Amino acid sequence: MSSQTGQRALPGGEPLDVNDPRLSRFDIVREGARRDDIEIVHYEPQVAPGTKAERRLVRTVAGFFLLTGLAATAFLAIYIWWPWEYEPGRGGDKLYTPLLGVTLGVALLGIGFGILTWGKKLLPKEVSIQDRHEGAVPAEDQRITGETMAYMADELGVKRRPLLGVSLLAGLLPVGAVAAAPLVGGLISDPHKDDQMMTTGFAPRDGQKIRLVREDGRPIRPADISAGGQITVFPGVEHGVSNRYADSPTLLIHLREDDAEASRRNNEREGHGGYMWGNYAAYSKICTHAGCPASLYEQQTNRLLCPCHQSQFLITDNAKPVFGPASRRLPQLPIEVDAEGYFVATSDYTEPVGPDFWERP
Amino acid sequence: MKRRKFDVAAVPGNTARAVDDRFQVATPLRRLLNKVFPDHWSFLLGEIALFSFIVLLLTGVFLTFFFEPAMTEVIYNGSYAPLRGTPMSAAYASTLDISFDVRGGLIMRQMHHWAALLFMAAIVVHMLRVFFTGAFRKPRETNWIIGSLLFWVGFLAGFTGYSLPDDGLSGTGLRIASAIMLSIPVIGSWVTAAVFNGEFPGTIIISRFFIAHVLLIPGLLVALITVHLGLVFKQKHTQWPGPGRTNGNVVGERMFPRYAIKQGGFFMVVFGVIALMGGLFQINPVWLFGPYEAWVVSAASQPDWYVMFLDGSTRLMPDWEITIPIGEGYVIPPLFWPTVVLPGILVAISLLYPFMEARHLKDYRSHNLLQRPRDVPFRTGLGVMALTFYVILTLSGANDVIADKFHISLNAMTWAGRVGLLLLPPLAYYVTYRICLGLQQHDREVLAHGVETGIIRRLPDGRFVEVHQPLSAGNGHGELDYAGWVVPKKMNRLGALGPAIRGFFYPIERPAEAPVSPGHPPVEPRPEREEITSGETRS
Repeated sequence: MSSQTGQRALPGGEPLDVNDPRLSRFDIVREGARRDDIEIVHYEPQVAPGTKAERRLVRTVAGFFLLTGLAATAFLAIYIWWPWEYEPGRGGDKLYTPLLGVTLGVALLGIGFGILTWGKKLLPKEVSIQDRHEGAVPAEDQRITGETMAYMADELGVKRRPLLGVSLLAGLLPVGAVAAAPLVGGLISDPHKDDQMMTTGFAPRDGQKIRLVREDGRPIRPADISAGGQITVFPGVEHGVSNRYADSPTLLIHLREDDAEASRRNNEREGHGGYMWGNYAAYSKICTHAGCPASLYEQQTNRLLCPCHQSQFLITDNAKPVFGPASRRLPQLPIEVDAEGYFVATSDYTEPVGPDFWERP
Repeated sequence: MKRRKFDVAAVPGNTARAVDDRFQVATPLRRLLNKVFPDHWSFLLGEIALFSFIVLLLTGVFLTFFFEPAMTEVIYNGSYAPLRGTPMSAAYASTLDISFDVRGGLIMRQMHHWAALLFMAAIVVHMLRVFFTGAFRKPRETNWIIGSLLFWVGFLAGFTGYSLPDDGLSGTGLRIASAIMLSIPVIGSWVTAAVFNGEFPGTIIISRFFIAHVLLIPGLLVALITVHLGLVFKQKHTQWPGPGRTNGNVVGERMFPRYAIKQGGFFMVVFGVIALMGGLFQINPVWLFGPYEAWVVSAASQPDWYVMFLDGSTRLMPDWEITIPIGEGYVIPPLFWPTVVLPGILVAISLLYPFMEARHLKDYRSHNLLQRPRDVPFRTGLGVMALTFYVILTLSGANDVIADKFHISLNAMTWAGRVGLLLLPPLAYYVTYRICLGLQQHDREVLAHGVETGIIRRLPDGRFVEVHQPLSAGNGHGELDYAGWVVPKKMNRLGALGPAIRGFFYPIERPAEAPVSPGHPPVEPRPEREEITSGETRS
């Protein structure tokens, strides 16, 4: 720890001769830092070599690393030999993922804390100061760069030969469009093709009215639903019960006598007279707000709630929205019973089903 | 001594010299090794996001080996008995396979999902740190903009990612997304048809989301993160004010080895925590939701947390529909405002804020020193106001769950959200402003009159007064100026009391540290440490 102050260069002073054999390695490090405008102003060992504190810290770090090895080995053993295949019930396979997580987590935390302890406790503490050199960019440099760039434009002579610039622009613009064209052209798809936004699976085919069917495909008789009950129905066509007809799921509701009376009255007012069959009414299940299935039907109040954004529709009043963000009532499906006694759709929905859009008539 | 033909000890030196002769890397490498980083716990929040992103890349690549991004209908025949024989999309079936039939697949899936949630959370918390301390000011506006964009790109990454399994929950989210696109005036139906290739759901959306999720969006994220870090590196990190710290320097530790070791260790810790979460905490159990069917939904369908504020804004929006009576009539659905316009406004405000503040304060200088939130009450107030707005929206995104668990009327929750969204943010601004002023005043008070000692003195006339320990050396009052950093307010921060006894099994005795800026040793070297050595003995 002898003093070598005399040979140390002050910041901005003469650089140190790094070939001087009397310099320690740290002196060279500090000289290097200095050349990068970094001053190491505080450098102090945290533990004295050979002390109890040092040995304890070394043991801690080593312990962390060994814990990692242990946990990682456990991970491998579990990964290979633990029964992992899914079995119904409470088998050991339910512990497979948690055990992997714990062993992997402990292994990674062990190495993490080991490294952190090493770096934070065993390494000497240091405070260094580095100059930011901000705002030190001389205005002259900025000017030189600016002039260099301006001179490039001069060399090209765009100013003197404006035709070149204009024609280049005129030539490149279509090239840009060429790059965009395949993407836009490939993706674009006419939303009104086959009137797809206005029709559902209930549109009559070949003059044949479409039956209402359950999820398993069976048609429905009026007696299948008790008063106050409801059932989700689908168009009785091929793949009718699938996402191919994502706009077709419909709620068939058997209203109680007085509710049905009110409902019929309100239907007449809206020009939907005859849409109901007896005390049965069918409304689209697809919320007019964001397209979730509005599927929580409250029998007491005849309200239908959409669980996504809590729009509520009053079934006895044409499924009018009475609360929440929906602004349009659920479309009603006109229904009747065919000769064999099964429900059919008299026609398709008379207004578009599902979320609202700009050109909705 | 026998002469060796091959000197092993000289190999590293010779190699290094050979490399440097060809590439001249020694000087830049030394600069890199020596670069000084300031240290504070709050500077590590952004790192959590970075490390989560690395975990996302690692686990994500694993998942792509087993995931089949197709909507082809298949009949499930895997290990999970309750769903056997159910028709479903290939995407959902392969997600079930990853969960049940790929050894260790479930933990990878869960780690991936947890890492994504952590990624977004770390971004938000990091952003709050940067905002409240004024770290976004000149010259760092660009990085603020990139950071804000990272949130939204991360948002897209998250949404496209959790839509991929094509389960009952995510399919509902996808349907809502299609409704949101549909609500855009004029082009809505064209946009939706282009994205879904026709009517919802079509047969191609999962494949498109897949390529966006595994290539396009991660590519964008990697690019943005690279620039973000590059700029932090180039512009050097901000630092808290403190002794020896000025606007023109960086006080801290050199990058190697200390700072790098801390980073590496911290990465391992983040990775380990994600592994623990992925193993112990179930997330997105898609097998319970069933395949997506357009007619099935359950209550308590919540998206991932960072999407919930949009869900909340959608729930709170009144049913204001705008009809335009031209021709057959046109409609702007109420869905448009909370899901397209509101995020648009939020993006614009967050991108422009640094410039708006600089203009408002007419402050166009460069700032490398951070500000304590209390010292800029209006900004802190604005931040808390925005945070309140966000939290109300997020809570409203789960208002059906809250209503259910606490037996509150659902409609009351909605109305509380609507009213709260308008009233609480301004209130939060006012309260925060007052708290900031109060904290400022207390700092000044301590600087002027000293620290409360807890010692009560009785005066001859019988009055009791508390003795204060002045902070300045002299006996005078009001000599100290506020320097923008922590004012010690307890006697043991002044070293007047014995340090708390540390150690778990037996006490570890250490001298009390002098009061310093958060987490830093003092800069002034103590006199007996004037001699700087490496600790090595030398002649």
